[in-house]
Amino acid sequence: MATSADILRFLPEILLTIAGTLLMVLDPVVRRKSSNIFGHLSLLALIAAIAGAVAAYSQPGPAFGGMLIVDGFATFFRILSIGVGILTILPSYRFLQRQGAETGEYHALLLFSIAGQCIMAAANDLIIVFIGLEISSISSYVLAGYFRDDKRANESAIKYFLLGSFATAFFLYGVALTYGATGSVNLSAIRDKISGATAPDPIIIAVAAALMFVGLGFKVSAAPFQLWAPDVYQGAPTPVTAFMSAGPKAAAFAVFLRIFGSAFVTVDGDWWPLIWVSALLSMTIGNFAALLQSNVKRLLAYSSIAHAGYVLVALTAHSDTGTAAAMFYLAAYALMNIGAFAVVGHLSGKGEQYQTVDDFAGLAQKQPLTAAMLSIFLLSMIGVPLTGGFFGKFYIFKAALESHMVWLAVLGLLNSAVAAYYYLRILVMMYMHEPSDAVSQVEPLSVGLRAALILPALGTLVLGIIPGWVLDFAGRSANFSR
Amino acid sequence: MSLATILMLPLVAFLAALAIPRSAPHTSRWWALLASLLNFVASLALLARFDRTSAAEQLTIDLPWIASPEIHFAISVNGVSLWLIILSTFLTPLCVLISWNSIQNRAKEFYAFLLLLEFGLIGVFLAQDLFLFYVFWEVSLVPMYFLVGIWGHEHRIYAAVKFFLYTMAGSVLMLVAIIYLYNRAQTFAYAGILQQLSSGQLTFSPGEQLLLFLAFFVAFAIKVPLFPLHTWLPDAHVEAPTAGSIMLASVMLKMGTYGILHFCLPLFPGAARQCAPWIGVLAIIGIIYGALVAMVQPNMKKLVAYSSVSHLGFVVLGIFSFSQQGLDGAVYQMLNHGISTGALFAIVGLLYERSHSLEIADYGGVATVAPWLSTAFLITTLASIGLPLLNNFVGEFLVLQGTAMTNYTWTIYASIGVILSACYMLWMYQRVFYGEASASIRSHIGEMVPREWAAVLPLLIMMIWMGVYSQSFLPPVSKVNARIVDQTRVNVPFRVELRLPEVLRGH
Repeated sequence: MATSADILRFLPEILLTIAGTLLMVLDPVVRRKSSNIFGHLSLLALIAAIAGAVAAYSQPGPAFGGMLIVDGFATFFRILSIGVGILTILPSYRFLQRQGAETGEYHALLLFSIAGQCIMAAANDLIIVFIGLEISSISSYVLAGYFRDDKRANESAIKYFLLGSFATAFFLYGVALTYGATGSVNLSAIRDKISGATAPDPIIIAVAAALMFVGLGFKVSAAPFQLWAPDVYQGAPTPVTAFMSAGPKAAAFAVFLRIFGSAFVTVDGDWWPLIWVSALLSMTIGNFAALLQSNVKRLLAYSSIAHAGYVLVALTAHSDTGTAAAMFYLAAYALMNIGAFAVVGHLSGKGEQYQTVDDFAGLAQKQPLTAAMLSIFLLSMIGVPLTGGFFGKFYIFKAALESHMVWLAVLGLLNSAVAAYYYLRILVMMYMHEPSDAVSQVEPLSVGLRAALILPALGTLVLGIIPGWVLDFAGRSANFSR
Repeated sequence: MSLATILMLPLVAFLAALAIPRSAPHTSRWWALLASLLNFVASLALLARFDRTSAAEQLTIDLPWIASPEIHFAISVNGVSLWLIILSTFLTPLCVLISWNSIQNRAKEFYAFLLLLEFGLIGVFLAQDLFLFYVFWEVSLVPMYFLVGIWGHEHRIYAAVKFFLYTMAGSVLMLVAIIYLYNRAQTFAYAGILQQLSSGQLTFSPGEQLLLFLAFFVAFAIKVPLFPLHTWLPDAHVEAPTAGSIMLASVMLKMGTYGILHFCLPLFPGAARQCAPWIGVLAIIGIIYGALVAMVQPNMKKLVAYSSVSHLGFVVLGIFSFSQQGLDGAVYQMLNHGISTGALFAIVGLLYERSHSLEIADYGGVATVAPWLSTAFLITTLASIGLPLLNNFVGEFLVLQGTAMTNYTWTIYASIGVILSACYMLWMYQRVFYGEASASIRSHIGEMVPREWAAVLPLLIMMIWMGVYSQSFLPPVSKVNARIVDQTRVNVPFRVELRLPEVLRGH
């Protein structure tokens, strides 16, 4: 029987699900003209969900017999996912209006997806992880193909769906093996069993961990499982791409951190080299492939593969500092990435026709504010100091060096110097060229979009100048495995 | 005036400059001029509070910034950084004046970036926390990138991107080294690390020390630039707008030599001494190669740019002589180069503004139409080639004297550079200013206007002052250098063992 504490600890998910269902019901009732109502309602629901997440954290502890656990770590990722949702809705107002595609289901799917991510963040049980993963993913598949008349969107959705299901299957296989070997799906119970006297064959556990790694590797688009990302990111509607590149990725990393940091922490030697290689491959493949892109969404897709690589470096450190660094970096990454995609969506125009790097030419002359905000996001992605991206990288490589991974740190940082080149290409276009067609037709910034640019830009700067709060919180929440 | 005022004033001025509407470019100009002049005055006021007889870091401000890992906003000034800061604040208003008419396009952003650049440069020279130093080191990169890329000449974008990537590639290795130092010393505070080193609480194996030294040194050497890492410099200097060239050559290059002097030598004295023969050779190659390449340049800006490679070779050579005179000469030469090369770029910029050409072949006979401008350029030329009673002479003499104490062969080769500098500078002067003035020169080139005088005259005065009475400047420098020379005697002798160093074996 669910107690009131259980309900409280599950509050954000409950709120989001109710709001999502409500939107579905409202969709046929509300007339199309006043369709802003969907956006307003979702924003309201998301803000309520943040309040819910904070309220849940006022009584931390396990819920539903240990299936969920509300701790600092879960709260961090819940708020991150919900924040990403808010920053997705804000630019979506104008974007959907321009494409003539305002419906309740877009917002409802978004809320369901976020609910799934919140479940993933708080899951302490492999089955719950799986349920959260499925809720989040299936909503994202549909969102990727939201423009059903668009060829590329269809391609995107199909690819995402097929490869995503494949990845989920891998993950599920890992869960099954773990259950078979340990007789439990609860993360703490698994850890006790593995390190206990009657430990199962370590080979089976290693294989199970590897299978889960493959599944989650797909979800976070880490190399060598990254192949789907560029096509899917390019084809999906831009706000959805922004969302996919931040929210589900952060949630998948949360699961990653929790499973490998708690259940499998005692057998870390077996899976550690796997992540080491994957981190290096992701950074290198992502950055070098991005050098060759002309489409900005594709470019950012490859860049997000590289960023996944940086987070994997933090995981490779397998220390509390590493976990905290990964959490901090994911927050910084979410802000800068979602902000950059908001600009891309803003500029792309009707039918998303303007998406190449060249289309950014002269943006600084036409819309200095937009260009300045995008510059902050890009400088943060390069890792220039006083931005969140820099501190994130700094903490990650500090954690890596503490764990004596000098070479990984050196290669990773050299990688980030390579990456500077393709981010600079966009800066060069915006500031050093005459306005392009795309820029001369760009609309003035709507209120929602303005907020969607200024909020993450401020966030990026705050994380870069006074990172103390977030870092302290991450540092205190990172020791869930002890 | 506290150091924080001098550091923060340009930042505040930058933020305020962003608020000035684009439609009022004149307000931007005046604002930049006023703010930078104010900061210059503020930095002069430092002199009053500065104790010239002490080698210590002075006027320290140390505020906690981030709790974990512990990072402090720690700034202070010593006898070397004092002059570099004054050089920065001195040149910024002059750059504003030089750009007054030549920058018409997007003037607001131009002056904003110039102020941001000043903030970054001052920060680099003040920072006493390694992390803070890295922050300023990178932050100063961004405005310069935009200055070159937006307001530069034809190949500006190529030059700007090359400049950014070169510096970035060098500095990420420095970041690894900084983090590594932190993990060993548990602090970013520079004074704290030095103290741990001198008390023997913190020791590096020779292999560790060598790698750490190289990680720092390469980042600095790119900025200096030391041959063969100099290839970004001709592009960036030539393509930059006049103000950008001045700030780049006069102040930004000094970030590299200052870094070597302030961080590399005291932190890794053994490795520095071990590498000194190699670095000395590279510096001499730079001196002679830079001079020879300068000699055959058809483009005035490129000539001045390559002359910088040559001059900065002297600075590096002086530093790696590990002698009091060598270090004094190197620091003095850093300041001299800032003044004289700044003036060269400024006057070349004036010529470009008038006739829109940088090719030496397009000029000739300028002295007949603009005698005063020519005289100003002549004084600068003579200063640059090291004529006695002008500033460069003192620095070059000290460097040569210092190197003669440790390695006489170096002195011989380096003095060839002095002779070559006379060749290329005077030859350029002859081709540009003497001879028959063509019709287009007559119609385009005019005398300097008062605003331009205001920008150039202070530089000329400084050349003579620094040449005639170096005692106004050198004593605090010598104090600091004596301390640094002393610090380089710690932890020596030194030998790299031939087994795989600790750092590489990792885990």
